[in-house]
Amino acid sequence: MIALARYLPLLAASLRRKRLRTFFTVASILVAFLLFGLAESMRFALQSGVEVAGADRLMTMHKVSFTQLLPASYESRIKSIDGVVAVTPQTWFGGWFQDERNQIPTFPSKPEAYLRIYPEIRLPEDQKQAWIADRAGILIGRSIADLFGWKVGDTVPLRSAIWPREDGSETWDVTVRAIFDLPNGGDTRQIVMHQDYFDEGKQYTKGLIGWYVIKVADVDRAQAIGRQIDAMFANSPAETKTSSERAMAQSFMNQIGNIGAILSAIVAAVFFTMLLVTGNTMAQSVRERTNEIGVLKTLGFSNPGVLGMVLGESVLVTVIGGMTGMLLALWIGVQFEPVLKQYLPGFRVPPSAFVEATLYMVALGLVAGAAPAWQAMRLRIVEALRRD
Amino acid sequence: MSAQPAPVDGRPAIVRIRDLVKEYRRGAEVVRVLDGLSLDIAQGDFVALMGPSGSGKSTLLNLIGGLDRPTSGSLEVEGLRIDQLTEGSLTRWRADHVGFIFQMYNLLPVLTAERNVELPLLLTNLDREQRQRRVDAALKLVGLEHRAKHRPRELSGGQEQRVGIARAIVTDPTLLLCDEPTGDLDRKSGDEVLTLLEALNDEYGKTIIMVTHDPHAAERAHRVIHLDKGLLSEDRR
Amino acid sequence: MRLTATVNQFLAVTAMNVRNLPSRLGTSLVAVVGIGGVVAVLVSLLSMGEGFRAALDLSGRDDVAMILRGGSADELSSNLTREEHDVIVLAPGIVHDARGPIASGELYTIVDLPMRSTGTGANVPFRGVGERAPALREDFRIVAGRMFRPGQNEVIVGRGVFAQFGNVDLGQEVTWGSQTWRIVGVFSAGGSVSESEVWTDIVVLRGVYRRGNTVQIVRAQLESPAALAQVRARLEHDPRLNVSVRSERAFYADQSRILLALIKYVGTTLAVLMGVGAVFAALNTMYSAVSSRTREIATLRALGFGAAPVLTSVLLEAALLGLIGGVLGGVLVYFALNGYQASTLNWGSFSQLTFAFTVTPRLLVTGLWYSLILGLVGGLLPGLRAARMPVTAGLREL
Repeated sequence: MIALARYLPLLAASLRRKRLRTFFTVASILVAFLLFGLAESMRFALQSGVEVAGADRLMTMHKVSFTQLLPASYESRIKSIDGVVAVTPQTWFGGWFQDERNQIPTFPSKPEAYLRIYPEIRLPEDQKQAWIADRAGILIGRSIADLFGWKVGDTVPLRSAIWPREDGSETWDVTVRAIFDLPNGGDTRQIVMHQDYFDEGKQYTKGLIGWYVIKVADVDRAQAIGRQIDAMFANSPAETKTSSERAMAQSFMNQIGNIGAILSAIVAAVFFTMLLVTGNTMAQSVRERTNEIGVLKTLGFSNPGVLGMVLGESVLVTVIGGMTGMLLALWIGVQFEPVLKQYLPGFRVPPSAFVEATLYMVALGLVAGAAPAWQAMRLRIVEALRRD
Repeated sequence: MSAQPAPVDGRPAIVRIRDLVKEYRRGAEVVRVLDGLSLDIAQGDFVALMGPSGSGKSTLLNLIGGLDRPTSGSLEVEGLRIDQLTEGSLTRWRADHVGFIFQMYNLLPVLTAERNVELPLLLTNLDREQRQRRVDAALKLVGLEHRAKHRPRELSGGQEQRVGIARAIVTDPTLLLCDEPTGDLDRKSGDEVLTLLEALNDEYGKTIIMVTHDPHAAERAHRVIHLDKGLLSEDRR
Repeated sequence: MRLTATVNQFLAVTAMNVRNLPSRLGTSLVAVVGIGGVVAVLVSLLSMGEGFRAALDLSGRDDVAMILRGGSADELSSNLTREEHDVIVLAPGIVHDARGPIASGELYTIVDLPMRSTGTGANVPFRGVGERAPALREDFRIVAGRMFRPGQNEVIVGRGVFAQFGNVDLGQEVTWGSQTWRIVGVFSAGGSVSESEVWTDIVVLRGVYRRGNTVQIVRAQLESPAALAQVRARLEHDPRLNVSVRSERAFYADQSRILLALIKYVGTTLAVLMGVGAVFAALNTMYSAVSSRTREIATLRALGFGAAPVLTSVLLEAALLGLIGGVLGGVLVYFALNGYQASTLNWGSFSQLTFAFTVTPRLLVTGLWYSLILGLVGGLLPGLRAARMPVTAGLREL
């Protein structure tokens, strides 16, 4: 292998023969692998969304439809199950502010249970205590604070598209008591309200909530506990269906459609084109060098050696283009990850994609260079020298 | 009917050819380029091969150099029957024992002069330093050490040919085979090249076989062999 | 005269190029495939968007108003009381007939049914409708069985539901939660989104889902599309109400907004990126085309042919290769994907929406334009080089 390094200057020089052509070929391969890198980043990010969802968190919804409400009384019964660490009810509040297009995911919940269930949430201790103490207080995510310029202590008129208050108005006056961050990625675009404040203030369906979020102590027992919960409420007027947060995220992705297949199809089409481009370049290059190849053979380069040389050139082209493309994708991922972190946590090229890409690069180079290399190998010296 | 091989004045015959036949297929036709040639060439000799176009002189050169295989007959170089070697062995033998000099120089345009000269050494076990030393020596011998980093397009025809000679000798081969080495050069450059070849023969004892149609070049050789229609027709000293 | 001479030169050079083409088939193929591939991907993605829009467009009438709670982006989160409903249906601009205003207060929920294709469950809209609902749908017809009876646990299913999902044969009973419902009919509604829904009497649904006397949305027939402004003015400024009034068409257009924007974003980025790659491939092709004919071009120029005909002929060849690629790419996608049924999550209604990839002529033309542009860009630099090459340099190649 090290001995082969001595041939590198020769290979590189051959590529410099027609600089423009080599450049364009390398450039197209670069674009192809940039696409591949970005597609893999997208795939990874979408899958991360599922990963970030906890396997030790369950969601219990109304069995018929998630648009149906559940009794608040279920909370204590769920809490009593062995292995359950914390339970909080949640409801879709339908919050908006100023403009009805500014929809903000808002969830009335039980504060202490909520914080225990989502330990990845980071907020200062004093703010945390302030929020727990104030019934009309809200916990908001960093992006909400940045978006509207809210600060701790601000009272904001949050409006609900669904839930009017007892006095008929749909404006809920709440005070920002705490701002949270998600350092490991995730959606900070949400508001958490006190369930008690919500239940007392709303006009109808008191005592009813949307769904429960449950944290279990042992991931391995999650499924069993889920079944236990559903069994507890079977044959009641409000039957439940419990699944893990991760399973829900996955099935949500599935409902969107097979994005992975689409990405793969596109990338495959692009690679096929690259095969043609590189193959053509190598074929031309060999055709032009018939005489030179003859000379190399007279000097003692063997037929298999010439085959190897052409393949080497081909692989050199694809690897240079491919590596540059992948590095560019990596750079783009690093640049854009902070921006995309909200919607797509983890938008970057995973290491496995690099391994896959390298295999593709080498395979592409070998396949594209195969026919020209074969031709070069089979070239008879006497004929080759005769050609100009 | 071929002339009898001339005696080689006591020096060992480095090349021994007996009844060599070479046929080419051109479509349905079969052309016999060499018709049962027999010839001996002594070690350290400087031989010119002459003859009209189609006489087979280039073909003979190619066969001696192992670039092509005879249809029948025996071809022995330094006691080795090269007509019986496999493709791979022949290639290796050629790398070690033969240096070629072409009419059109045939340098790789993408490489500098010294990289061109280095090419045959890439096939050996020598490391970079050793290779560089040999390259430097070869270029010095042909008087082009100050042009080592130039590309072929920056050199004159004569200089290119001298680089070609340097490349041919860098492996210290047994045989130097030249196909019309001065064919593309002006008188002055051609003379320089021929002087160089003479020096290689006189001082370094290289056996040189040169195909040429230029009587002026043939004069420099020690022995002139004429070929006609695939057979030896004349053999002078 | 000058013009004729130029045209003649141009034709002569082009003829030479075309005659020369077969020997450069390999390289030319590269440009064709490269550009064709880009067009194929672009048209595929756009046809997905078209199909989606078509599925929703069919459902949007501009003479039907959709009234929801102010601030609600979709039916699910809206909520209107009985009193509000009664005020709304009396707004001027809404059609009345002998039975009263043609308006339907509706409840929108989601239930689960197994898809026939995969056997796994998916969201299906379960809508509680008022008596006037059929009048508000385009071409509503019961195609099998009968309409549900008010007050009963009976449902009718849309044609699309009947085709896509299991457990909905006529006479079959289905259990959702603690209630059992009987399927008594199948309806069609002009191919609109309603055909993906299951309907029942709103009064029954209200009771089962404990919605009191509320509705989520009011659909109302407008006297004319222009009447929308009138209704909106009256209702959105009424101090007793907090509603938003939109035409059905605008409402559905909004629903598809997210997905269409996503497709446009992603599609454009992809097309541009791939286009760059294709241009490099085309540049390769055209540079090699030019360099293989250096001698001929030089000769022509030595004979007095101008630079313009040379440049134009190279551009023409490049454009031609691009167009061929565009045609091939478009045709390929048309035959492979047009009409292909797929479904995805409709963010607006949070349920599956079936659509078909729709390759429209307009899309194909867009693809062709793009392929033309790519070809021209790929031919420009090589063309300039050919046109400006010093004649002597070219002749030296002889």
